[in-house]
Amino acid sequence: MARVVVDVMLKPEILDPQGQAVQRALPRLGFEGISDVRQGKRFELEVDGPVDEAALARIHDLAESFLANTVIEDFVVKVEEPAEVAEAAK
Amino acid sequence: MTARIGVVTFPGSLDDRDTRRAIRIAGAEPVALWHKDKDLKQVDAVVLCGGFSYGDYLRAGAIARFSPVMEPLIEQAKAGLPVLGICNGFQILTEAHLLPGGMLGNDHLHFICRDQKLRVENAETAWTGDYRQGQEISIPLKNMDGRYVADARTVDALEAEGRVVFRYLDVNPNGSLNDIAGITNEAGNVVGLMPHPEHAVEPLIGTGRTDGLPFFTSILKKLVNA
Repeated sequence: MARVVVDVMLKPEILDPQGQAVQRALPRLGFEGISDVRQGKRFELEVDGPVDEAALARIHDLAESFLANTVIEDFVVKVEEPAEVAEAAK
Repeated sequence: MTARIGVVTFPGSLDDRDTRRAIRIAGAEPVALWHKDKDLKQVDAVVLCGGFSYGDYLRAGAIARFSPVMEPLIEQAKAGLPVLGICNGFQILTEAHLLPGGMLGNDHLHFICRDQKLRVENAETAWTGDYRQGQEISIPLKNMDGRYVADARTVDALEAEGRVVFRYLDVNPNGSLNDIAGITNEAGNVVGLMPHPEHAVEPLIGTGRTDGLPFFTSILKKLVNA
């Protein structure tokens, strides 16, 4: 089984008050030097069968039509290598 | 003869009963529609009401937009069926791309519940004919994700074409671009707004005024005179 990750972020020009609230809390917690924080969503899709071009195209459609609203958000589809998955499961 | 106006109930809808009541008070016949319905029961218009359909999971309105009832609704709205989206209904209409732009969390990150002053900017849509252009009204506003956003070109087009239907007055309660509280599509049959006209149709409750009632009398007149 392979894992495909879809990261969804607000478009850069759109105000992200949640990210700002996180960023403003940082100095209070002793974390200096972080000038900006933007918050997004990460979807981990466990895919049955091979993650070939056709499967990735379908996932791209799914991300574009459902996981992200491309009016306000951008998204990136990434295949997670089996080694990474095994490492993460340890 | 009166008009039959459907009100869709999704899992998590809150204002379906109030909306049906407002329709009845205006003199039309409310028709309950269910999110799993595959047809619209031959209604003459539809209201998508407020609430938190599917818990606002993913994005407000994002899952409701793919409900079975939305298939005929989207098709018929594009062909001219009058559709009003209130609050969560507005969010669903933007997710369905029946209205441009999108809705995001209030810029102050708080839920808001207040009487909100609005200016009617367009009294020519299917849902605003009983208002006067420039009329100031006050109706309740209650939401978490009320910040209207769109790219600059879309906002410019909305302004140029008179498609901003309502604008917030006195305060911008959520960071919406250009104080936009409600918009319409090009044809004027689909209208969405964040504040709640269905909660302001009787003097006893809400703002103590009936500033929301003209939404429902507008559509009734339009349908009966059609």
